[in-house]
Amino acid sequence: MVSIEVPAVAAQKTPTRGKYLLRVVALGYLALLLLLPMALLCYRAFGHGLGALWSSFTTSEARSAVVVTLIVAGCAVALNTVFGVGAAILLVRRSFPGRRILDVLVDIPQAVSPIVVGLALILVYGKFGIVGGWLERHGIQLIFSLPGIVLATAFVSLPLVVRAVAPVLAELGDEQEQAARTLGASAWHTFRRVTLPSIRDALVYGVVLALARSLGEYGAVTVVSGRVVGKTLTMTLLIDDRLQNFDQQAAYSMAVLLALLAVGALLISRRLQSRARRLV
Amino acid sequence: MSISTRNVSKRFGAFTALDDVSIDIESGSLTALVGPSGSGKSTLLRVIAGLDVADAGTVRIDEHDATHLPPQRRGVGFVFQHYAPFKHLTVYENVAFGLRVRKTPRSDVRARVAELLDLVHLEKFASRYPSQLSGGQRQRMALARALAVRPRVLLLDEPFGALDAQVRHELRLWLRRLHDEMHVTTVIVTHDQEEAMEVADEIVVLRDGRVQQVGSPDDVYDCPANDWVMSFLGPVTEFDGQLVRPHELELTTVPDDDALAAWVVRVTRVGFETRVEVDVDGKPVYAQLARDAAHLLRLAPGARVYLRHASGRAARDTPKVR
Repeated sequence: MVSIEVPAVAAQKTPTRGKYLLRVVALGYLALLLLLPMALLCYRAFGHGLGALWSSFTTSEARSAVVVTLIVAGCAVALNTVFGVGAAILLVRRSFPGRRILDVLVDIPQAVSPIVVGLALILVYGKFGIVGGWLERHGIQLIFSLPGIVLATAFVSLPLVVRAVAPVLAELGDEQEQAARTLGASAWHTFRRVTLPSIRDALVYGVVLALARSLGEYGAVTVVSGRVVGKTLTMTLLIDDRLQNFDQQAAYSMAVLLALLAVGALLISRRLQSRARRLV
Repeated sequence: MSISTRNVSKRFGAFTALDDVSIDIESGSLTALVGPSGSGKSTLLRVIAGLDVADAGTVRIDEHDATHLPPQRRGVGFVFQHYAPFKHLTVYENVAFGLRVRKTPRSDVRARVAELLDLVHLEKFASRYPSQLSGGQRQRMALARALAVRPRVLLLDEPFGALDAQVRHELRLWLRRLHDEMHVTTVIVTHDQEEAMEVADEIVVLRDGRVQQVGSPDDVYDCPANDWVMSFLGPVTEFDGQLVRPHELELTTVPDDDALAAWVVRVTRVGFETRVEVDVDGKPVYAQLARDAAHLLRLAPGARVYLRHASGRAARDTPKVR
């Protein structure tokens, strides 16, 4: 009985006005910034009925944009997962000259504006670029085609996996890995059976962040894509394109779909994480 | 399987962990590497396991040069101070890990793991995760895991360091019995000289990366190579210009030609023994007596006593130093 009364007295003593104010501010902020715009977007997208929404998805441009976006995001995430885990292991487990430089370089894509990234990529891999010119002579075109978009997307989402995995790896320590080695496991086997399961949660989190970033990338992609309709137009570019052409219904529908993809990825990662946590 | 190191040196930056260390460990023996922290004992063990690579010198395991072999090809079992359990695997899977690496048939894995869990008394915990075990249980699991692959050599790095005194003592005795049954060459690193003397056949005393003395527990305790080893391995007190063990001092209330006169300063009872602090010509000395002996002498601060070395030799003899 006492334990029930004490918090009640304590609650009376604390100024409730301040507590409510904080809630109102926090929720109001979220509502103005996130909920209201998203709700309006959905309202507009669904405004003309499901039929209109569906037909705006089934145009050939829309379908192509979804496919291009998924391919680009898939490739960029795959590249960054491999690079991210490798770089995290390198940064945490090894000491080598240039380790600190690598540590700083990893963060650069996050600091630099994506437009700058796009321009820089064109300078190197464009038709008249250093590498691009050579590739062009061998019949490979990077810029204004899918590989260029993958490159740009991978670049901007590069730090996400590294930064999600590295701290977990550091905290984990290397004793379990050493134990695996003394038990006869090769480096690869140790990585597969000991390191990877231990960093799984962090890796899933990093991959989802990278995926969300890749799906939504606009700045760098807009520079290197060339906007070839049906070929190099991603969902974000298509939204922009439709807005420019006053086809707002199509723009809103595509925007909702893009948001749903990202939220879906987030939800799946939550599920994966909670299952992994049950195991540990 | 015997182990030998020759002129092994290892530096970490400016710190010298091992300085020209050469030791021989007999096949089937239980050897303890003892020393204070920073003496290089753990580094030496890790160099034997291949977890650290020596800057200079060679390591031979079972008469074969293992200096450049990676840890997974040395045939050693290693038990870490903090057990290093695979947290995402059950006790069963932990113990089975090394067997599965070797692609052992499933039925053989099952039999061997059951045998080992039985040996370390964890049969009932096979499906638990390490986080659900106590410290002592985790340590036994780590031992079972290391032993599962039938290592040629078992290396233990401060295996009982993180356990409370009671569990520690039990596991120590258990390890000794286990070794007597299995005869696998075992090297244990400890900073606890009592643990070393209780469990080991052979003791290697290290200080600042150098070997101070190698010998049986009796050897190193009774005939320490120098004052440092003597004071590291047990309590010492300075009596008549030499280091002696306090329990080797004899106290009487009757004057004696061999004995030096002293004043009792303080009498402290610790369990079954009594610690008597005396003053010999202005120098503090202390002696350990059995409780009953102290009682018979009716020792009290300010009493006049006579002190001599119990070995019977005159107090002014030169000490035996190797």
